[in-house]
Amino acid sequence: MSLKELSSLEKALGLKKPNKYSTQGDRKVPVLQSINGPALVGLVTIATHLVQEAKRPELLGGSAEHKAVVQQWLEYRVTKVDGCHKEDIKTILKDLNSYLEDKVYLAGNQFTLADTLMYYGIHHVIVDLAVQEKEKYMNMTRWFDHVQHYPGVRHHLPPVVVLRNRVYTSGHH
Amino acid sequence: MKLFVSDGNPHCVKVLAVLEFTGVKCDVKHVNHEERVVPYLSRPALPALLLPSGTYLFSPNSICQYLIEVNGQESSDIVNQWLEWEATELQPAVMQALHMVVLQGKGAQTTRVLQGPLSYLDQSLSKRTTLFLTAEMVSVADVVLWAALYPILSDSSLVSGNQTELQHWFERVGMLAACGSAAQTALHGKGLKAESLKTYLQRQPSTHHGQGQVQGRGSQPCNSPEGDDDGDCVLSEEEIQSFAVTWGKGLADLPMVPERQHPILPVEGKRNVLVTSALPYVNNVPHLGNIIGCVLSADVFARYGRLRGWNVLYVCGTDEYGTATENKAREEGLTAQQICDKYHAVHASIYQWFQVDFDFFGRTTTKKQTEIAQNIFWRLHERGFLLEDIVEQLRCEACQRFLADRFVEGTCPYCSYPEARGDQCDKCGKLINAVELREPTCKVCSQTPVVQSSKHLFLDLPKLEAELEQWLEKSTGSGDWTANAKQITRSWVRDGLKPRCITRDLKWGTPVPHPDFSDKVFYVWFDAPIGYLSITANYTDQWEMWWKNPQQVELYNFMAKDNVPFHSVVFPCSLLGAQDNYTLVNHLVATEYLNYEDTKFSKSRGVGVFGDMAKDTGIPSDVWRFYLLYLRPEGQDSAFSWVDMATKNNSELLNNLGNFINRAGMFVSKFFESYVPAMDLQQEDKRLLAQVGWELKQYMNLMDRVKIRDALKCILNISRHGNQYIQVNEPWKKIKGDETDRQRSGTVTGVSVNVACLLSVMLQPYMPTVSQTICQQLNAPPTVTGTMLQGTGNFVCSLPAGHHIGTVSPLFQKLEAEQIESLKKRFGGQQPEEEEEEAKPKKPKTAAQTDVNAQPAPSPASHPAAQTAVNGADAERARELTLAVAEQGEKVRTLKGQKAEKAVIGAEVTKLLELKKQLSLAEGKHPEPVLIKGKKNAQPAPSPASHPAAQTAVNGADAERARELTLAVAEQGEKVRTLKGQKAEKAVIGAEVTKLLELKKQLSLAEGKHPEPVLIKGKKK
Repeated sequence: MSLKELSSLEKALGLKKPNKYSTQGDRKVPVLQSINGPALVGLVTIATHLVQEAKRPELLGGSAEHKAVVQQWLEYRVTKVDGCHKEDIKTILKDLNSYLEDKVYLAGNQFTLADTLMYYGIHHVIVDLAVQEKEKYMNMTRWFDHVQHYPGVRHHLPPVVVLRNRVYTSGHH
Repeated sequence: MKLFVSDGNPHCVKVLAVLEFTGVKCDVKHVNHEERVVPYLSRPALPALLLPSGTYLFSPNSICQYLIEVNGQESSDIVNQWLEWEATELQPAVMQALHMVVLQGKGAQTTRVLQGPLSYLDQSLSKRTTLFLTAEMVSVADVVLWAALYPILSDSSLVSGNQTELQHWFERVGMLAACGSAAQTALHGKGLKAESLKTYLQRQPSTHHGQGQVQGRGSQPCNSPEGDDDGDCVLSEEEIQSFAVTWGKGLADLPMVPERQHPILPVEGKRNVLVTSALPYVNNVPHLGNIIGCVLSADVFARYGRLRGWNVLYVCGTDEYGTATENKAREEGLTAQQICDKYHAVHASIYQWFQVDFDFFGRTTTKKQTEIAQNIFWRLHERGFLLEDIVEQLRCEACQRFLADRFVEGTCPYCSYPEARGDQCDKCGKLINAVELREPTCKVCSQTPVVQSSKHLFLDLPKLEAELEQWLEKSTGSGDWTANAKQITRSWVRDGLKPRCITRDLKWGTPVPHPDFSDKVFYVWFDAPIGYLSITANYTDQWEMWWKNPQQVELYNFMAKDNVPFHSVVFPCSLLGAQDNYTLVNHLVATEYLNYEDTKFSKSRGVGVFGDMAKDTGIPSDVWRFYLLYLRPEGQDSAFSWVDMATKNNSELLNNLGNFINRAGMFVSKFFESYVPAMDLQQEDKRLLAQVGWELKQYMNLMDRVKIRDALKCILNISRHGNQYIQVNEPWKKIKGDETDRQRSGTVTGVSVNVACLLSVMLQPYMPTVSQTICQQLNAPPTVTGTMLQGTGNFVCSLPAGHHIGTVSPLFQKLEAEQIESLKKRFGGQQPEEEEEEAKPKKPKTAAQTDVNAQPAPSPASHPAAQTAVNGADAERARELTLAVAEQGEKVRTLKGQKAEKAVIGAEVTKLLELKKQLSLAEGKHPEPVLIKGKKNAQPAPSPASHPAAQTAVNGADAERARELTLAVAEQGEKVRTLKGQKAEKAVIGAEVTKLLELKKQLSLAEGKHPEPVLIKGKKK
């Protein structure tokens, strides 16, 4: 799964020659074989590396603060979202939803790697949401829709339909 | 900049170490573990760093990276890699190990958990060429990893001797002053033995410790986000004390509640409550929205009122007169009376299935209706409240009659939709005056009607306006009118009332007794609310004691909001004008709308669940009631969703409510031979009593004001509190401990089972069958209800020490995803209207057509009405086939019961299906694939307790065997849960799980089902 993600990321970054990946361990952690150095292990590490390789440092954040926020959500993705228990999904959606209440992207007003990887990681959850739930987590859904339509991001994943007009004016029940 | 840390939190070691290491200036604030520092996270996340910009960082590693970055150091790929490894691989293992050592005292078993990551680190260290992990200098990676490992590796008993590289590195990093002092600050330098670490770990939800491991969480309460939002009560010490005093009082010495005796009449000195539900229109099968909107809501309130000892009369019935009935009769080739008879029976059986406990369910086509309606009419006439006027109407010359709105179709004058109805356009939703339709056609003969005028009678509302307003002010001021009811009424009155037509050119209605209007009947909205009176009159001759007695009677009207103006303006005006001391509504309770998934219910498109299909889903009536009431459109529209229904069933009923009640009962029966143990209340127990007592008061307060949905949340809150209480106190563990522990286990069990008993009372209005089952299981004394619901609510000890409880068994079933998926498909309806209608040749929608689209073939036995609709010869054939199907069905069941060969059963099943198909055809239905219940495997075996119907289907000996097996399964299930709770060895749990599965399989067989593969929960990951 994470290999598909990395290959989509490569395309999104406009990297010409695809890298070679393998996986290790039970959790199928991705490994990037490299000619001019030791292999890199871990989704976030490799993705960060690819961004640098593509000379797109803005995707990792500008200031120290911005960078830390990006790193934080990348970590959130691999520690909280990946392999989360069913009953934790709601908490994750709820938290993201309230976090995104006043933000366009995860790290504020600028699109970063955190958005891409969070999008890849949470896609399977969003696909299964009912229209009603999508409305309940409106901010999160708005962010998701935004990212899936961000040029070049959505490669290996099917689009998720997001209604723009609210069906359930009630908000929650 | 401010860093928030909590004492004993191992995650704080690393940030404190890095903070000191970098020398960045920052305030450090110590807070409680539970403190929610980061506003958008629903669970406490510490440490957290508040940046000057107001941004929070809540991941320890990101905080460390930030501090390093501010200090002017760049992080490299290799550092990132170690940090990612720490977060994803090392951290979960460390947390799990800490949990095992500190909380469970199983230090020896941590090797299994830690081995992998530690030897990986050891090997990486031995391959390195630098002094530290990534460079000659200490990097953030060294500090973070060291801090993560500090609690573990500082304990020599957990260190494996052969990871020498790891130990050298650990010691070298530990020499840094920053590391030493961080360990001191966060864990008082005591590592694992820090008392504060234990406190910290106890408060962690065990969720994130080691993913993929089999955990004892299967039985943990599910905290829905909704639950979190509710906000708990904050109780003072005195309040807690007073709840404890109440508890100690025990059951009151109350007289036995007498059985309901009909006719119920108002009694002097009692609270006399007359409850009505809007009369459902007879010509259609009600959908879920109709059911929750009036009959079910009124039922819950009426049941609650009876429990409180009020003198309640709940009446309802079908509204049978009007154009739609005539229309339907024409479509089905029956007389209007036949249509009414047929659908009245349908309605009655649906409400019966939903356990709606009417005191009387009548109908409007009765002699009493004519008498009372005509009497009110004459009184209005005599007092000059009626006007005559000329109305322009469409008349079909071919049919020789005036066309009611619903008999006309034409092009919408607003959106040009070609099939707009005479009263409303389905496409744009605008209200239409039938004479405005372009190209109108008669729905019966398709001829073009002409506009003609006709003389009608009007109720002179303007003349009654002043009196109405005076009454409204009093009633809305003192009664519980819902906000929408008040608002709709206000807007009607504010816009000024106009005379309202009360007659119609129809045959099927209450005849207007005035000689000048002899060919007319009353308009259904003048007539229908009078149905409340006439239905009561059919129930008792003394109906006037209820309806002409505003001094003694309180009237509650339940309805959906579209009915409000007729109940708050038009009908009260009729009664006020009649000047006969009528009882007028005191509390007008109106719901908003319930949608179906993301659309509206639509009979013609076959979208949605209709009353008669609910029982075909195999989901028990109580669960339907629960879910509908859970989403009762109280204050705002809501939507029925299959997925949500499954979620609510599985999370709220099964994992929360059912789990709690079942555990409480099981502990009593398993650990204390079914005798409630002695209870010695500690502060913690008293706090639970107070929480529960407070929720009970909330519940009653809400119910008194008819906030039915909100009150249901109180019930769920109680079981959530109860689950937490059990989880924290672990009675299943303490029972094996010393005398004090055992006593503690007894107290917790006793308190829990008493909470369960209270829940049975509170559940009664919502889920009567479940409530009764709990009462039976707990052998609850009959005075429980009276005591608990007295005054503002008293949670007393109703099952004292020594009370003997009955047999405990599970209350709810899981709804599986596949089952829900198939139901969703089945009731999803056709494709969007437009395509469908264009594709088909234009023809009137007949009942038969909609039936085929919408309903699964109803079995004839359960659907007597369907039979009457069938015509002559086919009816005879249908009857024969019905018998044949029943016989063949019995045969199949018997074979299954005898565990006959699969092939033999298969052949008989094929025959059965063939017969059913023929029957469908004979009934004028298209045959459709019939689901074979047992084969579907979507449903888990229903337990006999919660599904009495299933039991009766099973024959004699097997039923006995099934009962035994059900018990065995329940017991074995508890055993597995306990083992998991105790984190027993995997192999031990595995063996017990295998036994459990075997028992379940046998149970399935005994119940005549094919065994099905059962998923083992923990394994799924």
